[in-house]
Amino acid sequence: MSAATYTSRKSGDRAQTEPPLVRWLLIAIALIFLTLFLLLPLAAVFSQAFEKGLSVYLEALREPDTLSSIKLTLITAAVTVPLNLFFGVTAAWAIAKFTFPGKNLLITLIDLPFSVSPVISGLIYVLIFGLQGWLGPWLQEHDIKIVFAVPGIILATLFVTFPFVARELIPLMEAQGKEEEEAALVLGASGLQTFLRVTLPNIKWGIIYGVILCNARAMGEFGAVSVVSGHIRGMTNTVPLHVEILYNEYNYTAAFAVASLLAFLALITLVIKSVAEWKVRQQLGND
Amino acid sequence: MKLFKHHNNVLPGFGPTLGFTVFYLSVIVLIPLSALVFKTAGLSWGDFISTVTAPRVLASYKVTFGSAMIAAVINSIFGVLVAWVLVRYRFPGRRIADALVDLPFALPTAVAGITLATIYSPNGWVGQFLEPLGIKVAFTPVGITLAMTFIGLPFVVRTVQPVIEEIEVELEEAAVCLGASRWQTMKRVIFPMLLPSILTGFALSFARAVGEYGSIIFIAGNMPMVSEITPLLIITKLEQFDYQGATAIACVMLLTSFLMLLVINLLQKWSRRYAD
Repeated sequence: MSAATYTSRKSGDRAQTEPPLVRWLLIAIALIFLTLFLLLPLAAVFSQAFEKGLSVYLEALREPDTLSSIKLTLITAAVTVPLNLFFGVTAAWAIAKFTFPGKNLLITLIDLPFSVSPVISGLIYVLIFGLQGWLGPWLQEHDIKIVFAVPGIILATLFVTFPFVARELIPLMEAQGKEEEEAALVLGASGLQTFLRVTLPNIKWGIIYGVILCNARAMGEFGAVSVVSGHIRGMTNTVPLHVEILYNEYNYTAAFAVASLLAFLALITLVIKSVAEWKVRQQLGND
Repeated sequence: MKLFKHHNNVLPGFGPTLGFTVFYLSVIVLIPLSALVFKTAGLSWGDFISTVTAPRVLASYKVTFGSAMIAAVINSIFGVLVAWVLVRYRFPGRRIADALVDLPFALPTAVAGITLATIYSPNGWVGQFLEPLGIKVAFTPVGITLAMTFIGLPFVVRTVQPVIEEIEVELEEAAVCLGASRWQTMKRVIFPMLLPSILTGFALSFARAVGEYGSIIFIAGNMPMVSEITPLLIITKLEQFDYQGATAIACVMLLTSFLMLLVINLLQKWSRRYAD
């Protein structure tokens, strides 16, 4: 046995000592698993969407209800992503560049929304702003609608996408240290100049990585938004909620046509994410 | 704030950035979450217990946690295999396979849900081959496990992958020099090094599956007592304006999440001990 492993050692570059047969078997199992679980669903979305031809596909996308759901999703992302980006950069600056008691607790709390069920993420806002909620009666008196309206959708989306930028930037900025910023300050740069000219170029790809994932989740969130939306057609339906309605009405081709937009978004996200990941690795390797 | 400041730190902006971080965290996350706890505290202990232990609710825990457990086991086995293959072997399409692993993170859950339900329905791409074998996936608890496996896979792969990358080849060489067979090296040297990360990935995948909603409801069938998951039950109660019931069940789920978070943090500490 050990003689056999030695011969295969010589042919491999690293300690790749599994016999070729085992190696190819493992690769085959991995690829079959990935194809069955990941590639097939992805292919199915597009296949179902174009099943009845391009004109039916485009027809489904031109529906007024579809267009209004796209508009709402874009508005939601346009509000939530910049807010969470600003928070992410601010939090990463405080956490990565300074030492203070309670830092680990703060990091755990920032990650908290990831471990809460999306349904609960929506429910908590119903409990505060809903009719039976804390602020419900007051809001009704002043005719302000938050839950079952656009502000509720934005709040729930803010919650579920809260950690994305921060959790990407904190380890990156910790790894980069603060010598470069200190040098800039000693040389007479102002705080803002230091951030814009020294820190920002260093964390550029980290920011892109965080923002692209934050955006994908903001546009694709279903559970949390479903609880607070109220499902008013053409009013409070985001794209994922519209997909659900079309599907439940047995309008499969239209459901998959709209879903294909989200699948396309997912593909773009994966490409940009891979590039950003590669750039961040490269940057850290050069330091 | 001045008190906390590191004495020889010349960088500006600690006070404002930390202040804003804590403020935004409180407004968006902590205060809303505490609303759930306060609402539940308004219930009497007896009401709370009878709500969260009603037969239909207990059945939903069984379906949710049972399926999540099976999915996490499947993901641990195949996730480690995929991570190993991606790090150690070179083959055409490896980069694409690597990028594809993150698909469940990027694909909206509703899209995953309707797609899985379509593929595994009796006349779907995969379902048509399972149907003659008497295997029903869509609209049964098997479908729930399938959807949970889909959304949980990246957690195991992405937790184990960097640990495999950092294994020093010298350790394997030393084992071979000492006369170990490849199987022995795998079992005695590599597996113990990977174990903390495998368990972390398992816990992350389990935690995600327990809370998952969007990708499951389309394929589950949602029959009370049989294939109804707990998050769906919360929504059902809300739609019936049973706010107290929804809140009580949500509180149980939130406590479970906190418990899982604690376990995951401890596991990560354990894995870091091996990394150094």
